[in-house]
Parts: sequence; C-alpha cells; structure tokens
Amino acid sequence: MEEIQLLGHGFAVALQWENLLLMVAGIVLGVLIGVLPGLGGANGIAILLPLTFTLPPVSAIILLSCIYWGALFGGAITSILFNIPGEPWSVATTFDGYPMAQQGRAGEALTAAFTSSFVGAFIAVVMITFLAPLVAQFALQFGPPEFFAVMFLSFACFIGLARGSPLKALAAMMFGFLLAGVGMDGVTGQLRMTFGSMELMRGIDFLVVVIGLFGLSEIFQSIEEGLRFKGAKARITLGTVLRTWAELPRHWALFIRSSLIGCWMGITPAGATPASFMSYGVARRMAKDKDSFGRGRMEGVVAPETAAHAAGTSALLPMLSLGVPGSPTAAVLLGGLIMWGLQPGPMLFVEQKDFVWGLIASMYLGNIVGLIIVLAAVPWFAAILRVPFSIIAAIILMVCAIGAYTVNSAEFDVVLMLIFGVIGYVMKKLDYPLAPLVLALVLGDRTEESFRQSLLLSEGSLAVFFSNWLVGGIMTLGLVMLFYPTLSKLWAPRVSPAGAA
Amino acid sequence: MSITTQDSVLIPSAEAAAERGPSQRGMEIATAVVLMAAGGIGMMDSLRIGAGWGADGPQSGYFPFWLGAILALASLGNLVVALRDHRRGARGPRFATWGQLALVAQVFVPTAIYVAVIPLVGIYVSSAVLVGFFMRRFGEFRMVTSMLSGAAAALVSFVIFEIWFLVALPKGPLETALGY
Repeated sequence: MEEIQLLGHGFAVALQWENLLLMVAGIVLGVLIGVLPGLGGANGIAILLPLTFTLPPVSAIILLSCIYWGALFGGAITSILFNIPGEPWSVATTFDGYPMAQQGRAGEALTAAFTSSFVGAFIAVVMITFLAPLVAQFALQFGPPEFFAVMFLSFACFIGLARGSPLKALAAMMFGFLLAGVGMDGVTGQLRMTFGSMELMRGIDFLVVVIGLFGLSEIFQSIEEGLRFKGAKARITLGTVLRTWAELPRHWALFIRSSLIGCWMGITPAGATPASFMSYGVARRMAKDKDSFGRGRMEGVVAPETAAHAAGTSALLPMLSLGVPGSPTAAVLLGGLIMWGLQPGPMLFVEQKDFVWGLIASMYLGNIVGLIIVLAAVPWFAAILRVPFSIIAAIILMVCAIGAYTVNSAEFDVVLMLIFGVIGYVMKKLDYPLAPLVLALVLGDRTEESFRQSLLLSEGSLAVFFSNWLVGGIMTLGLVMLFYPTLSKLWAPRVSPAGAA
Repeated sequence: MSITTQDSVLIPSAEAAAERGPSQRGMEIATAVVLMAAGGIGMMDSLRIGAGWGADGPQSGYFPFWLGAILALASLGNLVVALRDHRRGARGPRFATWGQLALVAQVFVPTAIYVAVIPLVGIYVSSAVLVGFFMRRFGEFRMVTSMLSGAAAALVSFVIFEIWFLVALPKGPLETALGY
C-alpha cells in the first residue's frame, strides 16, 4: 500500500504548525464567505489567490482548499436558520432544514447538516486517496489527443447534463472559450481579438471574471430581492450534538447513497448543486411517507448536504489527476496551481509528491477541524447576518474591487469586473449556466494547445481523435454525453404516458 | 409585509412599481443577438489573422474561428427558441419589474462611479465614501456614524494590504500627502 505511506508523509506536511494555523484560518474565512451573500467559494478564493504568492504552494493550497471546505459548511447555516441559501448547493437544504428550525429543532438540523457534510467529504477524500493516483498513473500514457478528448468529455458532460437549455450551456461555454482566446497566442505570439487595445493584450484574467460573475452579480440579485434577514436563533449544545449523533447511524444507507451520487456528480463536472438536488429527490422518492418531506425531516437535510460535500470534494479528483477541474471552485484552484508555477496534470503525482499528498492529508484534517469549528461557533457565524445588509454589501463590493485589482495590479481589471458583474446578473436571470463559462475560460488555453498539438501530429486530420481505442473511446463517450438529451428524448415517448401524472 | 431591519428603505419602492417591466422574451432575444455578434466578431478576427493551415501547423485563428462559429450557431438556436415563445407582450413573464431594476440601479450606479474614481483618488478614499454612502442611503445610519465607519473600513484595508501583505493598491493625492 504505497498510498498509505505517501499519505503518512502528507500528514507530516499538513501537520506543520503553520499549515495547521492556515487550515483554521481558511475554515473560518470559508464559513464567513459561505454565510455572506455575494461571496462564495469560487470568488472568495479568486479574491485571496493573489495574496498567496508569498506562501509555499502547499501552504497556499491548504489555505485555499480549506476556504472551500468552510464555504461548503457555511452554506448550510444560512439555509437552515434564515431560509437563505448562502450557496447554490445548499438550496435543497432549505426544504427541510428551515422547517426544522421553525419547529425549534435548529440545533438538530445544523448538527445533522454539518455531520453529513463531514461524512460526504470524508468518503470522497478516501476515494480520492486511492483512486486519484491510479487515474494519474493511467493518464501518464496520455498524449495531446487523449488530453483533448478528456477535456472534450468534460465539456460535453456540461451540455448533456445541463439542467436547463443545452443550447444556453453551449453558448456560455463558447463565450468562455472566446474570452480565453483574447490576448497573445501562446504558440505564434500573434495578438487575437484585442482590437488594438493595450489592456486586452494581457488577456482576460479568469479571476477577474469569476469575481464579477459570482460576486457582483450576486449582490445585484440580492438587492433586487429586497434582502431582509429574519432568522431562527441557534445554539448547539453538547446534548443536542450527542442526541443527533445517536440518531444519525440509522440513516447509514442514505449516507452511502448520497455520497455515491455526490462522488459521481463531482467527478463528472456536474458539480455540487445538481448533486444535492438529485440526492434530495432520490431520498424523497425512496421514502415510505413522501409527504413528510419538506416539513422538517432529518433525511431531507442529510441527503443534500452529504451529496453536496461529496461532490465538492471529489471535484478535486480530476483537477489533481488530469488537470481538468470538476467545478468552478476547482477551476479557480487549478488556476492557482498554474500561477504558483506548477504544471497541472498527471505528472503532478510524480514530480510534486509533497504538494499532492500534503493537500490530500489536509483534506482529512481540514474537514475534522471544520466540523469542530462550525459546531462550536454557529451562533457567531449566524450573528453576521444580523449586520445590516447596507454595510455588508458595501464591504463586499470593496473587497471584490480590491481582489480584482490585485490580480494584475491593473485598474482596467476593476472595470472588467463591473462589466462581468452585469453580464453575470443577466445570464443568471436568463438561466445561462455560469460554470461552463468559467471552466472554458480556465481551460481554454490548454484545450487549444492539446487540440493544436494533436492536429500537428496528424498533419491536420481530425481522425487523430479516433486513432486508437483509448482516445476513440473517450471521444465516443463524450459524444454520447453531448447528445444525451437527444438520445434520452428518443427513449422518452415509451415511458412518458405513465409518468405524465 | 413586515419590515424588520434597517434596510427598510429598499422594500417600499419595490412594491410601488407593481408588475411592469421588460419582458423575459425581449431580454432573451437581446442576449442571443449580443452573443451571436460576439461569435461573429470572433470569427472575423480569426479570419483576419488566418484561420487555416499554415506552414507550421494550425494558424492562430483556427481554433477561435470554429468556437466563434459554434457560439453564433448556438445563439441562433437560442434566438429561434425565444422568437417562437408566444407568451409575449403583457402576458409574458417579466425579466424583472421596473421597481426591481430601480433597486439594482441604486447599487449599480454608485458602484460604477466608485470604479470610475478609483484611478483618480485611489481605492482607499473611494472605498471610505462608498461604505459611508451605502450606510447613510440604505441603512439610514447617522451621518457621523456612516462617515466614521467608512473611514474605518478604508483604514483597516490599508493596514491589511499595504502594511501586512505589502500589496500596493491604487493610491491618490491624500495618500501622497501622507507620505505613501
């Protein structure tokens, strides 16, 4: 078991006191980010990324990934206490979590949510520990065509599994790719789509786009809804925790099912949000008394939280082993790797053992630390939402502006952030998904590079993508995923009459 | 509707402007057209720099050209979907009500001004004014409280970024006068 040994080494890295300190700081910051509207995992990390240059890469990734875990935990607090999902993946948690809080069972609901988050994440980390090295090992034999095929597959999944219109997902994605193309072409040095602008020569930085799309647009949307916070009070006593923990093992099957849904949705880039909805839906469908869901069932909290955390965590598996992130937040972390001078992809497991295993070990520790912090500090985090929105909104706007500026020390980027804030607001209102745009923007250069290298190998023939069983298999799978909506429609007529009611 | 927080000023104006507002369909059409144009611009610029096969492999415009083409086609599809949507006019769904858009504008306009003056007066002074303005305007705090809070927010970020993290943010005449 080489993994165990490497993991032990990783723990030695993660347990250094400065890394432990960063872990605690990251979790606290992350929960804050998760609780506040307008700051989420992806753009919270995007804002802080430029400040991590002075840290060694492994400490930087521990800090940023812990912010991610914290944000995943934080989303549940506002869902349950205030009926306001702090993050999209905690929408499903409001269905039963808020009714539980109204019935005076807030402590129970929160304990169940945090514990399920922990279990989901833990199962996903165990999976990463043993699966990621294998995937990376396998991917070492990949050439440019295979890498392009893997990216094609993950982008195809986005379109095929899109909850809304596949055409809108496709348009958002292509828009992201075009934005990635702006600036200097890395291969020929030619300027593309800059239209004579000096500012655009640098290219459009994905961090700035993420801050605008996820941060500013969120503020605009919150304002539109005339935000008011009216929440249940929460205090978690040790008694509540122990009582809830005694009850949870009964739901073991639900935990396993939800974790599997989460892991699957996290590895394929569907992400935490659909995973939480699907898990909730499955739990409801399989329950004996479906009608009690939505009125404060503990299963209704356990299912989405377990799946969301499992998905959020396993989104890091393809990021680490293939260099293809499974979620917008993982995409931002991947961008971080590139900025710290690491080459993402399977070679990471060979060349940067300390980094990879330090990160994986920190996932175990970070989730334990996170569980303790959120259980102990819920009242304080909940108190943040009692700060008037006028103050929170202004400070978030300021933080976003500073974050956008620090990426390249460019005032133009702050303007760009504002523009993308408006674009994000309109896109969200019209149900254009933002995740494919961000992923395309982050992966655009690498996708294009592998595409061009493949074509160079084959002297321009697209047949290179079907030249052997490996690349052909991945491409075929990608095509199946791409046309999944059409294929499933062909099947649908035979099933729909019964399900029409 | 019960109003519980100091943010109450945001609520009544939202109700005043009833249900009217730009239609969902109109916005869908506009967005599809804009994205189609973006795809078209991408294709044109790619053709300008060469979207074919050069002596040393695919030219710089090869990849973006096809991406632009797919974007234009997908947007055309979205446009057709929106045009065929018959729930138009007053019966169709709203993108947002005018009242909601007015609320968004109340935040957007000050933010745009904030972004515009950063190069002139630096990020600290403009942030102080932004925080103070929001508290006074939306939170109905007292003038003195708002101003002091704004200054405090700017001061804290100055300490964090300039002194602690050694990150230089845009500065204006005030910081220069103080010797930074």
